[in-house]
Amino acid sequence: MFCIPFVKCIPLMALYSQLALGLINGSFYALLSLGLAVIFGMLRVINFAHGALYMLGAFVSWWLSITLGVPYWGALVLAPLAVGLVAILLEKSMLHRMYRLDPLYGLLLTFGLTQVIEGMFRYFYGASGQPYPAPDALQGPLLLGFMVLPIYRAWVVVVSVITCLGTWLLIERTKIGAYLRAATENPTLVQAFGINVPLMMTLTYAFGAALAGFAGVLAAPIYQVSPLMGTNLIIIVFAVVVAGGMGSILGAIITGYILGLLEGLTKVFYPEASNIVIFVVMAIVLLLRPAGLFGRAA
Amino acid sequence: MSGSAPPIWGPTMATDGALLHIEDLNAWYGESHVLHGISFDVRQGETISLIGRNGAGKTTTLRAILGIVRSRKGVIRFRGEDLTQVPLHTIAKLGIGYVPEERGIFASLSVAENLLLPPVVRTGGMSVDEIYTLFPNLAERRSSQGTKLSGGEQQMLAIARILRTGADVILLDEPTEGLAPVIVQRIGEVLQMLKTRGMTIVLVEQNFHFARKLADRYVVVEHGRAIDHFGAAELDAKMASLTEQLGV
Amino acid sequence: MSLATSTAGVTNGTRARLNLTVAVVLAVAALVAPFMVYPVFLMNVLCFALFASAFNLLIGYVGLLSFGHATFFGGAAYVTAHAAKVWGLPTELAILIGVVAAAVLGLVVGFLAIRRQGIYFSMITLALSQMFYFICLQAPFTHGEDGIQGVPRGKFLGLVNLDDNFSLYFVVLAIVVAGHFIIWRIVHSPFGNILKAIRDNEPRAISLGYNADSYKLRAFVLSSALAGLAGGTNAIVFQLATLTGVEWQSSGEVILMTLLGGIGTLAGPPIGAAITVGLQTYLAALDFPVTVLIGLIFVVCVLLFRRGIAGEVAAFMRKRR
Repeated sequence: MFCIPFVKCIPLMALYSQLALGLINGSFYALLSLGLAVIFGMLRVINFAHGALYMLGAFVSWWLSITLGVPYWGALVLAPLAVGLVAILLEKSMLHRMYRLDPLYGLLLTFGLTQVIEGMFRYFYGASGQPYPAPDALQGPLLLGFMVLPIYRAWVVVVSVITCLGTWLLIERTKIGAYLRAATENPTLVQAFGINVPLMMTLTYAFGAALAGFAGVLAAPIYQVSPLMGTNLIIIVFAVVVAGGMGSILGAIITGYILGLLEGLTKVFYPEASNIVIFVVMAIVLLLRPAGLFGRAA
Repeated sequence: MSGSAPPIWGPTMATDGALLHIEDLNAWYGESHVLHGISFDVRQGETISLIGRNGAGKTTTLRAILGIVRSRKGVIRFRGEDLTQVPLHTIAKLGIGYVPEERGIFASLSVAENLLLPPVVRTGGMSVDEIYTLFPNLAERRSSQGTKLSGGEQQMLAIARILRTGADVILLDEPTEGLAPVIVQRIGEVLQMLKTRGMTIVLVEQNFHFARKLADRYVVVEHGRAIDHFGAAELDAKMASLTEQLGV
Repeated sequence: MSLATSTAGVTNGTRARLNLTVAVVLAVAALVAPFMVYPVFLMNVLCFALFASAFNLLIGYVGLLSFGHATFFGGAAYVTAHAAKVWGLPTELAILIGVVAAAVLGLVVGFLAIRRQGIYFSMITLALSQMFYFICLQAPFTHGEDGIQGVPRGKFLGLVNLDDNFSLYFVVLAIVVAGHFIIWRIVHSPFGNILKAIRDNEPRAISLGYNADSYKLRAFVLSSALAGLAGGTNAIVFQLATLTGVEWQSSGEVILMTLLGGIGTLAGPPIGAAITVGLQTYLAALDFPVTVLIGLIFVVCVLLFRRGIAGEVAAFMRKRR
């Protein structure tokens, strides 16, 4: 039994499975805030449409399965690509005009785009979700010694950790990443060196969007594919990103997992507060360390 | 006095032979008109120095040539090609290297990453080994964060990374600003070496005494205008008026 | 280009003349309207006009984009509804309590949000607003999805019977005009000038000795209180307070109204509110996806039309001189 004094006692197995669920939510928070941070770092735009792109990824994989019979494994590759293409279109037609303006316009534009995208999907597909089954290979339970976990959930956590670490490695340890970091600091000078920074910005937005789309595919078997799936999630991700501080990629990832775990724990011991605990943590961080847990001083 | 055309060249002279031809360059920062009809030529292999007081418009001139300052009008021709039609990220490929006034060393990159950042655009650039031989302290600190270097080392790094690219024209903005005399001397040696290798150098320099060691020709810039052009040979004759103009 | 100063540069004289013209036109229209258009629709427009103007106080004159203003509008609606229905308070007191509640919420949200600048400020207001939404979802007194229904309209000041739509209309008109008058006074006061100075160049204002955070917080509380006035009044008009009032979509709508009408102008937000509420009411009857249209207008405004209607008119008048 695991007890918090004066609050509650629960069986250890139940605690572990709640922590696991928290870790799963945390995986999505981490993946999405990673994408948001990458986009913000390079483009100085808060991509409100990130939730809509996530939803788009889920819908593309559902559509691929229903219309073309493409299995989950194919969707994992194709859906992010599709979302990336949509992102390139959005960036080249509209978003790039926001760069020289006050960053708030970027937020407003992506907010408008979100309303359009989600509104259209809601109009055609209604508010309820479509089911999307996990692939056979990932169905069933995983019997760890101390707990039981659905294999698919474990898969989600493993894949997201790998993706986050892989993205971090890409940015911090490769030449492409060096270009990205330098262009984030001083885009004009990097251009003067002969690097096509406008193209980099387009591709960065596409990459961030693809990350969101990828998260959408991962989410489809767990949360059902619905036009509303990104709606409230994006605001939670905003809170994660404010709490973590958008200066660092690693900070965004770690904060995502931590807050997911915290949310899971809260669901066990104080369920009424579970959907606001992340906002409360954000508020506390703002009071004590305004730059964010991993942020540099504003 | 811009009215008297010195025998070496003047705005009316034929532009063939000039590697970089600037004519009647005007530029604006927003509403503010900062460059008024600057004209000069740069020949292959020569070192031309823009001299003038703080805020005269020398840095702006370099930025306007590259296109960093986008509100600009005038003729900018490089190897015959109209630079005003070339996007900023293509300029380097033409062989123009830029060392900005603030040096532009990236804090989120290591020294080695800073050095390797500008892509190689032409053959003839120095290899990484050659650069590390020329600047051993950069080799020593190659994994440090770029901005942890001293001011002088950062300046060396800013010059070194252009040497790798194969650029044969280098725009240097105030390379000796704020540096100790020993470092200034070292930089002078490096630039002298580049000169002997045939590098074309456009040097913006407030430190007149540094410039005179390298420059073949001078353009005096004041309030956004080129008020005088002359060659190294005429320097002594001009010293009196220069001292007055520049407060040297 | 700063969000708010895109409309700056209009001389005081031109702007005053423009605003006077618009005010006169609106005044005449306002007095005549309830005889031609359904009064409840008009009252809805009026409440949102005040809501948008309160929001505009922050973005237009202080340069702060609050993405969670629905908290104050919807929160006040709940409090007013509860005060009128459950506590049986007279209408004017119920609305007043709603205003106070909104001001308190504004104090809390503002205090937290002001700790960060620019875009972070906006994200914090959004997150806190969502938190408030969840609290409202679960709090017993709001009755969750049903909301508080059957709010009595009562009598205004014990005299005017508000069950009659016409009487209610003129009371609401008076309230909204008063609210706008307060905003106008704030903007054209030394306090307002300091706010504008902070908006244009905060470091300089601080170096001149002004405590920027204190001014920003005061402006935030004023803005939220006025938004609460709009919300509380709205609750009385529709005799209803629901979750819709505290949703983030409502925050988005009021931003659109202000952007469409013209950020940083006094006439803009009411114009934007009239158009937006009009569109929503008309299209709701047609089973048209309103959110898509709202989103499209948003996108078009941000891309091509950042000065908004009033802003474009003001710029046009400037050019004519």
